[in-house]
Amino acid sequence: MAENGRLRLKDLYLHYRSQKGPVQAVDGVSLHLERGRAVAVLGESGCGKSSLARAILRLLPRNVEYFGGEVWLDGRNVMELSEEKFRREVRWVRIALVAQAAMNALNPVVRVGKQVAEALRVHRQMTGKQVRRRVRDVFRQLEVPEDFIDSYPFELSGGMRQRAVIAMALAAGPRIVILDEPTSALDLLTQANIMNALKRIKEEQGTSFIFITHDVGTSSELADEVAVMYAGQVVEVGRADRFFPDPLHPYSRKLMASVPRLHGGGGLEFIPGQPPSLVDPPEGCRFMPRCQFSFEKCREAPPLFHTDDGRGVRCWLYEQGCEAGLAAQREPTAAVEPMDDTPPPEDA
Amino acid sequence: MAEHNNRLMAARDLQMWFPVRRWGFIPAGAVRAVDGVSFELRRGEAVAVVGESGCGKSTLARTLLAIHTPTGGRITFEGRDMEQFTSREMRWYRRRVGYVQQDPYGALPPFMNVHRILREPLIVNGVRDRQEQEERIRDGLREVRLVPVEDFLDKFPHMLSGGQQQRLVIARAIILNPGLLIADEPVSMLDASVRVEILKLLRRIQDAHNLGVCYITHDLSTVRYFSHRIMVMYAGKLVEKAPVGGLLDDPCHPYTRALLRAIPDPEPENARTYRPVPGGEPPSLMNPPSGCRFHPRCEYAIAGLCEVEEPPHFVPRADHEVACWLFREE
Repeated sequence: MAENGRLRLKDLYLHYRSQKGPVQAVDGVSLHLERGRAVAVLGESGCGKSSLARAILRLLPRNVEYFGGEVWLDGRNVMELSEEKFRREVRWVRIALVAQAAMNALNPVVRVGKQVAEALRVHRQMTGKQVRRRVRDVFRQLEVPEDFIDSYPFELSGGMRQRAVIAMALAAGPRIVILDEPTSALDLLTQANIMNALKRIKEEQGTSFIFITHDVGTSSELADEVAVMYAGQVVEVGRADRFFPDPLHPYSRKLMASVPRLHGGGGLEFIPGQPPSLVDPPEGCRFMPRCQFSFEKCREAPPLFHTDDGRGVRCWLYEQGCEAGLAAQREPTAAVEPMDDTPPPEDA
Repeated sequence: MAEHNNRLMAARDLQMWFPVRRWGFIPAGAVRAVDGVSFELRRGEAVAVVGESGCGKSTLARTLLAIHTPTGGRITFEGRDMEQFTSREMRWYRRRVGYVQQDPYGALPPFMNVHRILREPLIVNGVRDRQEQEERIRDGLREVRLVPVEDFLDKFPHMLSGGQQQRLVIARAIILNPGLLIADEPVSMLDASVRVEILKLLRRIQDAHNLGVCYITHDLSTVRYFSHRIMVMYAGKLVEKAPVGGLLDDPCHPYTRALLRAIPDPEPENARTYRPVPGGEPPSLMNPPSGCRFHPRCEYAIAGLCEVEEPPHFVPRADHEVACWLFREE
């Protein structure tokens, strides 16, 4: 079987059991990922984006109510594999994960190099010299000075620990890496440096990335495609160069309008209300209660409508096509303008 | 004395060093978290302090709040020297300064309901009249738009969303009618859409009460929406001070320029280009580099000058100060 790193999710579901009823964290998500490409999964906290990562890798907690769908990896539905086979052939070997805040979960009493090597010993059955060479290689790719290999996690800065965690994911040479908020806790300059390293790895080695983040600006650093998640569903998916200048779904448009920009910053908007509970999401379109453009039809759940340029949007406004949908959203909304920077006057 | 009437707070050569001891008793130097910071804050003016984690900006906030006693320099507030404060004046000062913490959930006692959380500062500060307490609690909640008030009074912090928790923290900070608000990363734990709402709220409150604001943040992109002036902090020192527009559109200090280059506006081109930012990490505050603290990471460092002598504040433009030798007057 060719390892080309093509991933297709089809109607992936992951519901958790809870006292109030099933939590629909991932509710029918479909995504495509080609080799050497990156898809950014954008969404606010609680929209199910981390659950999506867990669902793909089958890293499930105990309280799973329902888990189903298809995960096609290189032409094979890996959902049909037994847990043992999945562990041996897919997890970490083909698809690796950089979990959220993983840098705080490093073993404090083991040198980082050794922790990275463990992934290789377990999954690639490498030994001694090979392992050491490979560890040095991945550290170099991530611009970690070589002498840090023998450091303990507490001796390293946040940025270096995060690099070590990414190295752990990359070590076994997976074709696909899922990054769950890889830079959120880091400083701006460190973040930019790590994103540069990831870009280089994507370009030079053709690694594919699923980049899960709530930060719209950072998502644009790596994304070829963008998928916007809201309340467990993908509400919009499309090419990054189309999405960023002109998002389609009312939620995406609001989300983009709420991002403060450094250059040419105009007014900012916000979305009134709160994201719905995933236990009891609204019937029909899940964004309807917060959407200023909702109408009668929105009581029914919208399918993913496809536009001519290959984007998908889960909104009834687009039933008649892209222009009609955008035209329906012309209504202006209240915005927060940048501050006038003339300081208050001196007392006369 | 016109200037005095308008000046709310001033810090001169403020220094906050934390002594470090090996084995608990052998002196082993100090962490110089704030090292010679001077600035002025006018009434009704919002100033942002921007810097990366570990640059000392939170320590600066806590020093201004009189949580730490500075190891050097002085702070004056409404013309009075903080060092000379009697305990009575200190209580007055604490009423005049409100604090908005970064993590709203961590800042709220989990065993108190909203009513009790807002009543607490009133009790402590001598508002004894029950009627007045009730009125101020309700006004506070209305001001931060936690309405209808009756729905919130009996709730506990865990029953509120992140945005509502932060509103409650803000209500608590302003319930004693302060003249100065110190907000330490008030929106960085919130989602993008909620963030804007809270910034908007803070601005309305700042306007309505003519509050001086010290807005501590690492996020330069929100600064335009909530500040008049920016002070950029690096390794315990202020490296650049300027009005928001001047600093964002035409930054002077190489560190500020690097910070601005590191922020991605959401554009699809970002994925195809590398960001030209300096490598390395901020220095240790126990043993900072000699001369300019940014020189080991600076692409413009002048050999024989930057690593030897600390740059003073130069004024390349009116109202724009920068601590960098590149701007020395020949």
